[in-house]
Amino acid sequence: MAADGSMAVSAPATAGNGRANSLQRFARRRSTIAFFMTLPLLVVIVGLVAYPAGYGIYLSTLNRRMTSFMEGDWLPTGLGNFEILFGSDTFWMVVWQSCIFAISAVLLKALIGFWLAHMLHHIPTKGQRKWRGMLLIPWVIPPALSTLGWWWMFDPSYSAINWVLNVFAVPAVPWLGEPWWARASVIIVNVWYGAPFFMIMYLAALKSVPDQLYEAAAIDGATGWQKLRYVTLPMMANIISITVLFSLIVTFANYDIVRVLTNGGPRDLTHVFASYAFQVGILSSNIPRGAAVSLFMFPILAVCAFFVLRGVTRRNKEQM
Amino acid sequence: MSATAAGRDIPGIYHKAGSLRSERRWAMWTAYVSLIIAAIIFLAPPFYMLVTSFKTNAEIADYSLNPWLIRSPTFEHYAAILSNPIFIRFFINSCIVTACVVVLTMVISVLAAFALARMRFWGSQVLATGVFLTYLVPDTLLFIPLYQIVGGLGLLNSVWGLVLVYPTLTVPFCTWIMIGYFASIPKELDEAALIDGANWMQMLLKIFVPVAMPGIIAATIFAFTVSWAAFVYPTAFVTTAEQMPLTIGVVSQLVRGDTFAWGQIMAGALMAALPPVIIYAFLMDYYIAGLTAGATKG
Repeated sequence: MAADGSMAVSAPATAGNGRANSLQRFARRRSTIAFFMTLPLLVVIVGLVAYPAGYGIYLSTLNRRMTSFMEGDWLPTGLGNFEILFGSDTFWMVVWQSCIFAISAVLLKALIGFWLAHMLHHIPTKGQRKWRGMLLIPWVIPPALSTLGWWWMFDPSYSAINWVLNVFAVPAVPWLGEPWWARASVIIVNVWYGAPFFMIMYLAALKSVPDQLYEAAAIDGATGWQKLRYVTLPMMANIISITVLFSLIVTFANYDIVRVLTNGGPRDLTHVFASYAFQVGILSSNIPRGAAVSLFMFPILAVCAFFVLRGVTRRNKEQM
Repeated sequence: MSATAAGRDIPGIYHKAGSLRSERRWAMWTAYVSLIIAAIIFLAPPFYMLVTSFKTNAEIADYSLNPWLIRSPTFEHYAAILSNPIFIRFFINSCIVTACVVVLTMVISVLAAFALARMRFWGSQVLATGVFLTYLVPDTLLFIPLYQIVGGLGLLNSVWGLVLVYPTLTVPFCTWIMIGYFASIPKELDEAALIDGANWMQMLLKIFVPVAMPGIIAATIFAFTVSWAAFVYPTAFVTTAEQMPLTIGVVSQLVRGDTFAWGQIMAGALMAALPPVIIYAFLMDYYIAGLTAGATKG
């Protein structure tokens, strides 16, 4: 369609000019124009994503002063940083903590978001806008700033949450002082911030399921649970998996909540990959090792992305 | 909706009208109770920040009182924060960075999305997939090599360094959703434009941009909120207070020393969070369209 159109444009131009030189014709060619239109995008992707990725891999093979390759015992060159990391307890604690954090936070966000989206879908359409607007507020506030508010609510001596717990005769909780409570606090804040996003995505997905399907299921005598299992979930599968993938990546790579809330403490027990990479790479200025830490996220995320996206394309093909 | 249909058709046969109605009432109750609980939990932190920002320091420090209530409201923290030159500096920096990044992002992504959606050329499919995959790269994966690169360009501790790197956060997603919006415009429109003798640029500016305006607004809002809230890059690249944008400025400069000025911190954080919240309040539908477009069109 468009190919015919573009010829229609260039034909009168050349006819009018008699013999337009080849440079002009080249400039009028569709692929040339398209190339110049995508050039800025290419600059961003190649210069600010692909090149830094390659440069990061190179950096991770250097030694602390960035002068020569970091040599290890069991590998000839370049992988010494990884060897040191694999031998350090702190690093394995970071891997462990990142996985616990990401998996439990994403699971909770997905469940809470799914529940709220359903509840929102049930109430009359008139009120939905108001509720939706209210419930999305945690997502709208920049997380670094809302985490400041949480930090103040978790404050050891003035904790407003402990005050509420005291009203219900529950003993005060040392939110950021004990390692497990500190981990739980980071997860709570992350769930608070991310659940509205899941809610809004699921609500959009629920609205896109045609009513006829439910009517047909009702005529066939399906119970509420069966409708959910055999109508809603299959129709939403793609959106659910893409949302989970987005959220898993962002949560796994999260930095701001940990930085503001615990800054890795108590005793470095709440560090995740990003905050540990920051600590090692920028604050202790061992840039190669920091690069190695943050690059370590890549294979984990790539595997998740591969499986989720393969599932999505397969389902798309089935639908077509 | 399905429940109403079932309730209308079935009663004559099964005599279950009463139970269906009460079931529906129960469903309604559960819905409202869950929503109310969720709203209380979701809104408690911002509410508590607001309450704290209006309290006097003496009241904040007194823990015999209910911390969720204010007894003698005061504007002193807001007055203090607004007359603090460094806070104003943060605000200006944030505005400069965000404005530049939004303009850059929209120019780059609208041009590229038009080319990718309408002008099939060698490698356009690969590039479109590449855009999507770049969107999946989190900012904390590459901030250390970028730190070296920005440092090599001499742009550390400068807002221009931030303007340089923020497009990695905004451009892939904005391009991606603009491709979706442009692809949904009927081909008849371009044909009509071509017959009237429009060239590609005119077609983009006179037809695609006006028709895809909702998408452009949604993408602009996305670019704005992301660059306003960005935290990793400014934390890594900027250490001098004069060049900090709001997020890291409030977190690092207002929080210092052993006794925290909680009232002022909360007032500063709320003021810093205000622009995205205002945009959200007025353009909620576009905001939500932009959020959901990424996954539903993909």
